[in-house]
Amino acid sequence: MIAAFAFYLFAGVMMTSGLLTIVARNPVHSVLWLILAFFNAAGLMVLTGAEFIAMLLVIVYVGAVAVLFLFVVMMLDIDFSAMRAGFIRNAPLGVLLALVLFGELFLGIVVHSAGNLALGHAASASVTPATVSNTAAIGALLYTRYLFEFEAAGMILLVAMIGAIMLTHRERGDKRGQNAAHQIARRPQDATVNVQPEVGKGVSL
Amino acid sequence: MIGIGHYVAVSAVMFVLGVLGIFLNRKNIIVILMAIELILLAVNLNFVAFSAYLHDLVGQIFAMFVLTVAAGEAAIGLAILVIYFRGRGTIAVDDVNRMKG
Repeated sequence: MIAAFAFYLFAGVMMTSGLLTIVARNPVHSVLWLILAFFNAAGLMVLTGAEFIAMLLVIVYVGAVAVLFLFVVMMLDIDFSAMRAGFIRNAPLGVLLALVLFGELFLGIVVHSAGNLALGHAASASVTPATVSNTAAIGALLYTRYLFEFEAAGMILLVAMIGAIMLTHRERGDKRGQNAAHQIARRPQDATVNVQPEVGKGVSL
Repeated sequence: MIGIGHYVAVSAVMFVLGVLGIFLNRKNIIVILMAIELILLAVNLNFVAFSAYLHDLVGQIFAMFVLTVAAGEAAIGLAILVIYFRGRGTIAVDDVNRMKG
């Protein structure tokens, strides 16, 4: 009973905030609704016992991606009212396409519930024993059978990081960087020397 | 009783909301990127729900990889958006014809 209540709460809030994400006038509000949707999706995942993915969702999306969105939205000086000019004009086609898509997906669910298709059941080799926690089971699977995929994911993140830095980095004209060649080419004759002249003798310049 | 059908229905709704968001905000690429995040969230929810339904952890492993790609895609997309804004002074993308493609 409490599980059903939690499911409907999380699902309702998630769908509402998803809708408000795409119709909000202000993109900052869109980002905030997106964060709410992610939190509720994490709640839905916790209900199924996938607490590690849920926490990952909160950390990665809310902690990194949503903050990145907020940063970009606030950094760029954009006239957002002009952005909404085609909103009504594009609405009929979009709503029609969404209805068709949802009808197809819902038809799939209905057909599946009716049990007309039986695709069989895969013999899953990665069944979790009840005594192992979700995080430990994911770790045991991820670092053994999916080790190369895991490393490939790391490479993807590395390439994304380098790409983002390469794209947005620009040379600024007013900065005073270190010029190594100039420093190496400098000779002692050009340099200032420390002398200790005797009293009354003076120095040669 | 909450079953797999409920989860699939919810993630179908989220997926459709993402597609609708792309169509409604054709000019605003920031909201388009957020709509793509919504689509990937729906996919992840499906993966996790079926992982619990089939008692098979591979779904959660793949949800992690989807999460990785989504994070990279958001970073690259926003970087491209920033340099586009730097060059044009606007982010209206419905009439991008700079490359004359």
